[in-house]
Amino acid sequence: MCGIVGLLVKNPKMRANIGELMLPMLIGMTERGPDSAGLAVFGAAVGADERKFSLYTGEPDFNWQKLSHDFLTHLGSKVINFAQKANHAVLTTHLEPETVKIWLKEHYPQVHLLAIGQLMDIYKDVGTPAEVAARYDFSQLSGSHLVGHTRMATESAITPAHAHPFTAGQDWCLVHNGSLSNAPSLRRKLQHEGICFETDNDTEAACRFLEWRMREGDDLKTALEHGFEELDGFYTLLMGTKDQLALVRDPFACKPAVVAEHDDYVAIASEFRSLAHLPDIKNAKVFEPSPKEMYVWKV
Amino acid sequence: MESLKYDLAKTPLREVNQFLHSDASLLNGKHIEINNPNGAHNIAVGLRSEATVTIHGHAGYYAAGMNQIADVTIEGSVGSGVAENMMSGRVHVKGFASNAAGATANGGLLVIDGDAGLRCGISLKGADIVVGGSVGSFSAFMAQAGNMVILGDAGEGLGDSIYEARLFVRGKVKSLGADCEVKTMSLEDRKILVDLLERSGHGDVSPESFTLYGSARTLYHFNVAKSGAY
Repeated sequence: MCGIVGLLVKNPKMRANIGELMLPMLIGMTERGPDSAGLAVFGAAVGADERKFSLYTGEPDFNWQKLSHDFLTHLGSKVINFAQKANHAVLTTHLEPETVKIWLKEHYPQVHLLAIGQLMDIYKDVGTPAEVAARYDFSQLSGSHLVGHTRMATESAITPAHAHPFTAGQDWCLVHNGSLSNAPSLRRKLQHEGICFETDNDTEAACRFLEWRMREGDDLKTALEHGFEELDGFYTLLMGTKDQLALVRDPFACKPAVVAEHDDYVAIASEFRSLAHLPDIKNAKVFEPSPKEMYVWKV
Repeated sequence: MESLKYDLAKTPLREVNQFLHSDASLLNGKHIEINNPNGAHNIAVGLRSEATVTIHGHAGYYAAGMNQIADVTIEGSVGSGVAENMMSGRVHVKGFASNAAGATANGGLLVIDGDAGLRCGISLKGADIVVGGSVGSFSAFMAQAGNMVILGDAGEGLGDSIYEARLFVRGKVKSLGADCEVKTMSLEDRKILVDLLERSGHGDVSPESFTLYGSARTLYHFNVAKSGAY
């Protein structure tokens, strides 16, 4: 199964409370995805020459202070900001993504690099949506837009790395409800292009495929058109970029989605029960997105 | 009419559904209103009495599924499988319906004022469905009996492998499924259409604006010459 949620807040006054607004949406999708949950939020941008690195480790008593200290001594670069929540941390630095990636792999192979970007923070972990939300203070998040996911694993293991959102590139992420039947062949095709995978999850194959298409020059729309040709299976995909949310459903609409467009926000969820508690929902335009069509909302 | 009100924000759905399953003698002629449905699944499923039920808001999956005799109105929209396997009675959705609306329904009338999603009336077994808007792809797939009236358009593969159901469509059909073809509307067909338009609040719509689709009956028997097409 799995549940997806997305929220784009148009009213600037409400952006400080995006976490609070979203929380009932994510928890509303518990029955669709009780084993893990995750979220990517797009907040205030760091400086033009800075990047945020979202990190995760499976070790509960991991020494983050030591990592932060080693980063400084090994790379001689100041950590601009280091925000830690449970076993996630967001590290902000001037350094190039490749430098950080190589350093992490060499010195802290147990730390996973979840995402890189200037606006996006990502959290994902095993547990019910309410447990994960409490662990990472989702209710306190602020930002302009976010995508979230509740997972009921059907094709690969239940680990934080297999939870959604998946990311590739910078400030770009994807959540998926469904299952892809040609993920292994897609993965082999991408491996020939030199693309590496971190998990055996089918969604990661879709994520890396779309990111690869965009690196090859496609815009999001063209990349998704290639996606319709290449992805075989059931999917509702919700994507977040630095300034937009995008949604597509497979041509057979096997997986659900409902959208509520309001003057103050756009909210997306697998089912209406995750939208029912949003403010003034009675005056929102609620509709079911058509299959094989692309919906994009700009911040 | 005696009226009873339930608020799903306060009363568990199971309690409401159990009440709706009380002996018919307790429920006949009663009007039950359900507030704050908030997209909950399985509201008013399996009713077997002459009750009228109004759901104020959006319902989730399988709303009014397996309905018998009862008259259920949903003021908002519904998720997948509204009135699936309905046997008799009436279900009215004022908003839109998601996929598989009225799937396998045997009898009764399902009225959807808005659009219906994919596979509307799939395997229809005798019920009547009137959709004020359009229906998605693969609607009336393997529909065996009953009637569908679609005031808007139909998506791809309408009536694929259809048996003896009648499909009246006012708008465009993106494509017809295997063995589905345009039929000449007989007086009897027209009478059925007029009656359904009247009963669904579309009495002002001209029956002449509809095209009837039905089975070409070429798939009824195995034909060795066509084995490659199966």
